[in-house]
Amino acid sequence: MANNVFVYCEIEEGKVVDVSIELLSRGKRLAGELKVGLDAVIIGTELNGIEDQVFPYGTDHLFLADGPELYPYQTLPHAAIITKLLEETKPQVALFGATSVGRDLAPRIASALKCGLTADCTSLEIGDHEEKKEGKVYRNLLYQIRPAFGGNIIATIINPETRPQMATVREGVMKKEIFSPSFRGKVIRLDLSKYVGESDFVVKIIDRHLESRKADIKNAQIIVSGGYGVGSRENFKLLFELAGVLGGEVGGSRAAVDAGYIDHERQIGQTGITVRPKLYVACGISGAVQHRAGMDQSAMIISINKDRNAPINKIADYAIIGDVAEVLLKMIKFYKKNSK
Amino acid sequence: IKDKYPGTIITILTMGPVRAADIIREGLYRGADNGYLITDRKFAGSDTLATSYAISLAIKKLMPVDVILCGRQAIDGDTAQVGPQVAEKLKIPQVTYAENILEIANGKIKIKRRLERGIEHVESPLPLLVTVHASAADCRARNAKLLMKYKHAETWTELQHATEDYIKLHGDRPYLHIAEWTVNDLQPDENMLGLSGSPTKVKKVINVVFTAKEARVLSDTDTSVETLMIDLITNHTIG
Ligand SMILES: Cc1cc2nc3c(=O)[nH]c(=O)nc-3n(C[C@H](O)[C@H](O)[C@H](O)COP(=O)(O)OP(=O)(O)OC[C@H]3O[C@@H](n4cnc5c(N)ncnc54)[C@H](O)[C@@H]3O)c2cc1C
Ligand SMILES: Nc1ncnc2c1ncn2[C@@H]1O[C@H](COP(=O)(O)O)[C@@H](O)[C@H]1O
Repeated sequence: MANNVFVYCEIEEGKVVDVSIELLSRGKRLAGELKVGLDAVIIGTELNGIEDQVFPYGTDHLFLADGPELYPYQTLPHAAIITKLLEETKPQVALFGATSVGRDLAPRIASALKCGLTADCTSLEIGDHEEKKEGKVYRNLLYQIRPAFGGNIIATIINPETRPQMATVREGVMKKEIFSPSFRGKVIRLDLSKYVGESDFVVKIIDRHLESRKADIKNAQIIVSGGYGVGSRENFKLLFELAGVLGGEVGGSRAAVDAGYIDHERQIGQTGITVRPKLYVACGISGAVQHRAGMDQSAMIISINKDRNAPINKIADYAIIGDVAEVLLKMIKFYKKNSK
Repeated sequence: IKDKYPGTIITILTMGPVRAADIIREGLYRGADNGYLITDRKFAGSDTLATSYAISLAIKKLMPVDVILCGRQAIDGDTAQVGPQVAEKLKIPQVTYAENILEIANGKIKIKRRLERGIEHVESPLPLLVTVHASAADCRARNAKLLMKYKHAETWTELQHATEDYIKLHGDRPYLHIAEWTVNDLQPDENMLGLSGSPTKVKKVINVVFTAKEARVLSDTDTSVETLMIDLITNHTIG
């Protein structure tokens, strides 16, 4: 198994989460290019049958660490198991979801293994690297590609010397791709007593509530925001619908809040929240300076406005000239039609 | 913490060029007790692994420490890696995404942490490392009295350019001194520092050209909206 590609699969309520499936899909392609196998680990409890969820994505070896004390996720036992497993199986690449679990776990493991880790990659590729000074050529490295410094540059990061080459990737960045519906790999159950000890359980979870998420606009990657031009609370439902299908949140201008179209906790701007999402869709917002102060750092801005000369269009990347409701309906329709 | 548990000593530790002493001063203005700056050319070019190594050595020097607080992610690297890596090097537990410290008593700490979809209360023995979530309480404002008191707090290097009066002032008021640690103070394995201790290398950097913010003006026809959505899906902005 040495030199394989390895994926940490996160589970939630008995289901392997989307980002892990996406990583298996991408991992399988990388493994194919490198002509090696794909390994994965699942840590949790009552894992019988869970292999059916990952084999179609081409997992050659699935390691299971199965025990009641291993769910829900805790840093120390999971880190101990994976660290030892990586030492034993020596993969060349190890991938983790950039979730609250993956981002807690991966750096701890990288530190223990003294290897390089790149957070939030937006693309993973295989390629060579020449160290001109030393005249050394490294073949088939993992290119870990990610935006840096507020998204103004894209950096390609490599780990020439250390293994595994570790990376985290956010949900939705890679595509799910079934390798073969009938593919079967091998299940390997780990003997837990060899991997974790009592000292790994010093942190106790007292309780845990999963909530249907409250609006978390500040951290949303995609924000669909509406202004006075949306026209009514009723029309704002279209914004919620678009945000829903894109996995984003809804915000508003002060004029929209004052008109009662949207709740105050969603106001964006100088006297509201400051946001810097990947995508900000400004619907019927004129773009007053107080509003722009809260959103002009967004990586991409799309404006929908019937007035071609609205100030918002000066800072937008795309300006769609038209009626909010009509354009939103089209965006929803064409997103659904063209997404995976 | 200090308000709740009087007598707690808050130390600020940061690593960076000498101007990073500004951060320590900001902390002092807000009630911290003292500060240390790790600074040395040999640390330059450190990635998160080498950074966490240097910071963990400094913390070892400061031990015993009960709670190590750090940010979730830095504004420059934005990796959220340094905290957990320091915890691993110190072989202590970590609690990430903390929103609130509920209680510290009898060698244990209770913390509320934010998960992707919910919250969790955990209890950990001390010492431990905590990374703070953005939803935590805002930091307290500068205190005017402390601002006066520490306005002239400086590190040794900064003092090199100071006038004699200033040096005398520091002599009279030792609390104005911000300690500076270099490689010699930490006695690290130098192979684990800076560029040589950093397994990650930047192979290349591409500038994303923003077309001087000239918006692309689109009509509201089916074709133009559909083309835009396909572009956004293809370049992973959405979907
Ligand atoms: C001290 C101070 C603090 C402030 N803080 C904030 C703040 O934090 N956040 C904030 O947002 N504002 C703030 N404001 C208010 C700000 O100055 C603007 O008044 C406000 O942002 C305007 O909101 P708007 O763009 O939704 O409305 P408008 O300026 O009325 O713009 C509506 C836009 O919708 C377009 N439109 C109308 N109908 C349609 C349609 N059917 N289809 C498409 N487009 C249409 C119009 O062309 C127009 O561009 C603050 C003001 C002050 C003085
Ligand atoms: N040079 C440094 N000096 C002190 N703390 C640091 C340094 N680099 C990172 N940290 C801490 O680690 C956190 C996460 O940083 P990062 O992993 O770079 O996103 C920061 O919020 C800081 O608390």
